[in-house]
Amino acid sequence: MSTSHDTRVARLAAEPLRVTGPQPGVASGFVAQVKDLWAHRELLDLLIRRELKARYKDSTLGFVWSLLRPLTLLLIYAIAIGQFLGAARQIPEFAIFIYAGLTIWNLFTETVTSGTASIVGNSGLIKKVYLPREVFPLAGLGSALFNFAVQLLLLVVATLIIGDPPTGERWLYFPATLAVTVVWGLAWALLLAAVNVYLRDVQYLVEVAVMVFFWVSPIVYSWGLVQPRLDGWLEDLYLANPMALAVMGFQKVFWVAGDGQPVPENLLTRLGIAFLVGVVFTFVAQRVFARLQGNFAQEL
Amino acid sequence: MARSSGPTVVQVEGVSKRFVIRKEKSLKERVVNFGRSQRHKEDFWALRDVDLSIESGTTVGLIGPNGSGKSTLLKTIGGILQPTSGTVRTRGRMAALLELGAGFHPDLTGRENVYLNASILGLSTKQTDRYFDAIVDFSGIEQFIDTQVKFYSSGMYVRLAFAVAVHVDPDVLLVDEVLAVGDEPFQRKCMDRIRSFQHEGRTIVLVTHGLDQVADVCDRAVVLEHGRLVADGTPAEALRVLRSEFDQMRAEDIERDQERRARQEAEAAAGGAVATPAPAEERPKATISAVEVLDGGSPVGVVAPGRPLAVRVTVDATEPLTGDWILGFGFESGSGQGIYGTNSRLLGVPLPTVVGRAAFDFTIPALHLGEGSYTVHGAIAGPTGAEVHRLRDGAQLTVQADSREVGFVRLDVGLVPATA
Repeated sequence: MSTSHDTRVARLAAEPLRVTGPQPGVASGFVAQVKDLWAHRELLDLLIRRELKARYKDSTLGFVWSLLRPLTLLLIYAIAIGQFLGAARQIPEFAIFIYAGLTIWNLFTETVTSGTASIVGNSGLIKKVYLPREVFPLAGLGSALFNFAVQLLLLVVATLIIGDPPTGERWLYFPATLAVTVVWGLAWALLLAAVNVYLRDVQYLVEVAVMVFFWVSPIVYSWGLVQPRLDGWLEDLYLANPMALAVMGFQKVFWVAGDGQPVPENLLTRLGIAFLVGVVFTFVAQRVFARLQGNFAQEL
Repeated sequence: MARSSGPTVVQVEGVSKRFVIRKEKSLKERVVNFGRSQRHKEDFWALRDVDLSIESGTTVGLIGPNGSGKSTLLKTIGGILQPTSGTVRTRGRMAALLELGAGFHPDLTGRENVYLNASILGLSTKQTDRYFDAIVDFSGIEQFIDTQVKFYSSGMYVRLAFAVAVHVDPDVLLVDEVLAVGDEPFQRKCMDRIRSFQHEGRTIVLVTHGLDQVADVCDRAVVLEHGRLVADGTPAEALRVLRSEFDQMRAEDIERDQERRARQEAEAAAGGAVATPAPAEERPKATISAVEVLDGGSPVGVVAPGRPLAVRVTVDATEPLTGDWILGFGFESGSGQGIYGTNSRLLGVPLPTVVGRAAFDFTIPALHLGEGSYTVHGAIAGPTGAEVHRLRDGAQLTVQADSREVGFVRLDVGLVPATA
């Protein structure tokens, strides 16, 4: 046994002393935290599985529920807005149009809402064990991505059934759209998760904000319908919403019947800019998170 | 146990931790109370300028009264709390056992939770695969491993959590009171595991209220009081400091009690016949002024076993001690563990009324204490058994023998072949 004792001593002596918790420094702290998260990737994987497994654990239909919700919404919007309000007359393949918008929008909202609640929801762990706390909002993002993949599969199948599958260059919009959604979703999740610890009202505020932004993104109506009503600065304001761009980018991929419909000019460039701004925002959000997390354990 | 020549694994430098206790949480309350927000805040220093460095391979006990900042210090070392000022630096893999099963999810099965909890404590999935059978075996709940954890009894829950925790391979283990959970076999299992951890050169930092446990397993103890480090040394030294601390707290308690009683009596006297009921505990004012060990009438410090001795306890009564008051004495080991005690009530000896100074002898026909150093205390209690005063470390006594036996008692054992 003394050999294991001696090797341990030798190994420890070779290691440098490290400051506990998040590392100091703006840029170096960010890098250190990313490395720390990478070291915890297995845990992240297990946490995502936990979220997914625990959510529908005791229900008979289980996973089907995560599909039934967006499908019901699709049905309601397609009938109420498409048929009763007549939007379907101006928007070809209205069901595909709405479902594409809902799919990408759900990814964003699920990331943000589950992320916001993640720190408070895992308070038992946070008070008792040190982990890089970013894993909790990230696990929210992970499970949202999984649900997104399932819905996406359904969307692709639907486009195949109607005989109008997306092909060729239009797929260029897909990674751009996804990147913008993930980056902005993650940034908001990090920021709001940290703030929510100190101000619990945030999680209710998020519910309201999500509702507002659902209607200021072209999900149930098309850009062609809203653009004529927006003049000058209002149009710029509308397009400053990265999710509005992401929704249109996503429709550009899957809504093949909408090819003749108007889209904002330079959509791909706009998505690129939104992505870069989103990356900076994520960095800032992580820094705020790191600053606030020092007191998580005592505020929860 | 004391192979403490290793490198520093935990270095705490000038660490302070302030808690701000806010009394409102919602936005409305904050807006409404905006101007007066200072009144709804309270500052509280849980740690004040703590310096501590721990070498690898040592077992350190953090002790102190409730609210002294032990757990806060432990959490700061573990990185769970960030200090307000100062730095904490560590080396090596650290595992914090602040609560067994902190990461268990009620809706997942035992198997899933083992993997999740092991990962939280820092094991990779591959390592968990390797230890999985050992973990389940240790927990002793094989047939329930694929049942959801919410259906477990609390005992099963704790066993599984502990099984995971001890299979993690940390260099530094932080333990907070978890050893107090569970039945006796479980606690013994914990202690065995801690001993083997010590043997493997791991560093253990332990927060506990079990002072005997500290004397038993730790090779160093740190006493905290109101967030400050007041003693740091061998468990025996630290325990002495802490016990005298506790005595002082108790003395203050008694004093407050007596003051209140005096005030009530004065009020009752001023208010005439309307007498307020007396508080439950009646405590006459008296102190133990000296404890001596006498051999043939003269004080001794070193004795041989088997000697007839007397323990003389001197009482100073500022108020008359009447009725069923109690006088007692006892021996403590060098580390402060109580090993013997008796008093006038247990002996069935009624005591006379005492005014002023009086001395009593407890006679010991033959001393059966084993080899070692002991301290002797004397104590007075009121008729209800509530302690009035205790003189700790009243006398020192060293027993010198021929090293034939170890332990606190001397039995004069012989050894002969058994006759069939």
